[in-house]
Amino acid sequence: MCGIAGYFGHLQSHEPPELMLRRMAGAIRYRGPDESGIHVEPGVGLGHARLSIIDVESGQQPMTSDDGDVVVTFNGEIFNFIELRDDLIARGHRFRTDSDTEVIIRAYQEMGPDCVTAFNGDFAFALWDRRARRFMLARDRMGVRPLFYAWRGGCLYFASEAKALFEVPQIRPEIDPVAIDQTFTFWFPLAPRTAFKGVCTLPPGHVLVATPSEIAVRRYWQLDYPDADDSDALDGRSETDIAEEVRSLLTDATRIRLRSDVPVGAYLSGGLDSSIIAATVHRIVPERLRTFSVTFDSAEFDESAFQMEMVSALGTDHMAVPCRGSDIGSMFPEVVRHTEQPIVRTAPAPLFALSKLVRDSGFKVVLTGEGADEVFAGYDIFKEAKLRRFCAAQPKSQRRHLLFQRLYPYLPALKGQSQSYRSAFFGAGLDAVDDPLFSHLPRFQSTAGAKAFYSAEMREELHGYDALDDLRAHLPADFRRWHPLSQAQYLETAHLLPGYILSAQGDRMSMAHGVEGRFPFLDHRLVECAARIPPRLKIRGLREKHILREAMADILPPSIGSRVKQPYRAPDSPSFLGEGAPDYVGARLSPAAIAEAGFFAPRAVDKLVAKGRGQASLGFRDNTALVGILSTQLLHHAFAREVAAAPPATAAA
Amino acid sequence: MSNTEIESRIRRFIDENFIFSEDDANLDGAASLLDAGLVDSTGILELVTFLESDFAIQVADAEIIPDNLDSIDAIVAYVAGKQGAASSVAA
Repeated sequence: MCGIAGYFGHLQSHEPPELMLRRMAGAIRYRGPDESGIHVEPGVGLGHARLSIIDVESGQQPMTSDDGDVVVTFNGEIFNFIELRDDLIARGHRFRTDSDTEVIIRAYQEMGPDCVTAFNGDFAFALWDRRARRFMLARDRMGVRPLFYAWRGGCLYFASEAKALFEVPQIRPEIDPVAIDQTFTFWFPLAPRTAFKGVCTLPPGHVLVATPSEIAVRRYWQLDYPDADDSDALDGRSETDIAEEVRSLLTDATRIRLRSDVPVGAYLSGGLDSSIIAATVHRIVPERLRTFSVTFDSAEFDESAFQMEMVSALGTDHMAVPCRGSDIGSMFPEVVRHTEQPIVRTAPAPLFALSKLVRDSGFKVVLTGEGADEVFAGYDIFKEAKLRRFCAAQPKSQRRHLLFQRLYPYLPALKGQSQSYRSAFFGAGLDAVDDPLFSHLPRFQSTAGAKAFYSAEMREELHGYDALDDLRAHLPADFRRWHPLSQAQYLETAHLLPGYILSAQGDRMSMAHGVEGRFPFLDHRLVECAARIPPRLKIRGLREKHILREAMADILPPSIGSRVKQPYRAPDSPSFLGEGAPDYVGARLSPAAIAEAGFFAPRAVDKLVAKGRGQASLGFRDNTALVGILSTQLLHHAFAREVAAAPPATAAA
Repeated sequence: MSNTEIESRIRRFIDENFIFSEDDANLDGAASLLDAGLVDSTGILELVTFLESDFAIQVADAEIIPDNLDSIDAIVAYVAGKQGAASSVAA
């Protein structure tokens, strides 16, 4: 696990390319503090910052093939590299290292750019084929590892993080108002858009192939679901047989993710998913497992009782980092510097603290339960959409609305809410059952409440832009034929997962401290198997992740196996406006700072700050707005401020 | 307390706590607070807390419904009704 950076084409600047590559790799050195390397030849430069995990002795990068024709710089893991290596040896390839990097080179020599379809892994790499004059960027199917690129003056620059691109003199950080508007709707910018103008992300499951004469970005894998009325396409086996396959795939996915030449630990949130992973590891590896977690002092967020139950059931060697509201406040500027995108939730911050604990304990690799809620339908939004659709079928029924009481038992603001108000909140958009975004309209609409804070210039800039229409236009052609649950799962898995969960809350938070997360639930074999499982076996009644529980509950304590999903949340507005709030908040949210950045209305933000200081905590809309505005301001301050102050860059394309 | 005074107090509270966009500055008295996106579930609790403390009334659970609280006009009528009932009991 590492950081990569480089370029394809002819540099416009006169500085030596080695210097620029070293600066680019240096900007993301925390991703790979163990070693670094560069490769430069006419028209191509590749850089690498290495976190040594597999073949520590001889896996240095960039790596060149024996004949010198292929060079690769690679971030991530190819988990099935042992099987691929055996296969390639059988075809006559000879290996000089035990690394997975060399497997990429050999697989490319055998298959060309299609080699990515043979990889089971979390990867982002750049490869240069000197003989074919072909340059290639590739990214894993689910979007675990990041990859950004930008074109300037006919040269393609790429890097694991945008901040490395900003070391290129022609690439200047400027926040994109459309990306803010998308974040204030979906929680993230829609790929390939990023928070910065003129900087793209290579979407998950895509390759970019460039030759001196042409460039193509193409998809090599797509999350796909069966048509709702095509019962033959669904997995028609018995529930027991399906559960058996889920268990066997998940066990194998975990087994190959334990491949490492350094010790592997696990996160333990106390929920079902990380408990399943920890228990599965425990059955594969005889040694005592090291586990890590976050605890909160507020009972509203804390899950330590469940964590300790798993610790004692599995006998793990456990460490926890307590996270107070004030810690979130003090970490937040650094967190945003790493997310490189505005965020409307503080949930990444505790994971930033957690990866530090892992690193300080001498670990570089952790397995987590990430992905289970997307793949097996665990999120409340799926149950909420099912209930809303159920109510929409009989809009006059009062009794159907009563079921909303059973959603969100953990949210204090919804307790003591009368039935008619509850119906009013959840009933929003019930007439939109034909909208492909039906499942997500309440979330999108409540998040969009934060747009009330936009400045007049921002409204002008966004004139005529509709983020929902943009997302609708991004959906696959056969989306409308899928089951409503599949549609909702697609929106979460193909968009929120790479756009926010795996990036802002995942890779960026763990790699900030040089820790690699591995996610067995996101093994594409399991994802493809789960897509064919009938929706009724994923959510049975209102029991989420039913088939996963059937498959795995017997290896868990009963209280964990039957535990209702509690979403991972963290303290918000009091961390910034309550007692002991950090000093920077006043500076970043001052009317002058808000006016200078230009995205929000100074007077409106001032009212919100006054409101937040005057009461113990803010509600949904106000919290979303506060965190979204503060993170945008921090991002602007960290990256774009000097640019805004300087005269417009004529070189920027 | 006159209805005008009730309304001005309620408008001030809503302006300070729920209205951030200039577009909503002169909210129509009959406009739905839910439809305008001004209150969410926490907003309802904030509103009820304000009514109870500022007007010295008690809002029963069964009264926390959009019919009573979803527009400025509705809130004014509701508060006036509660105060009328309280003063007639006191008399």
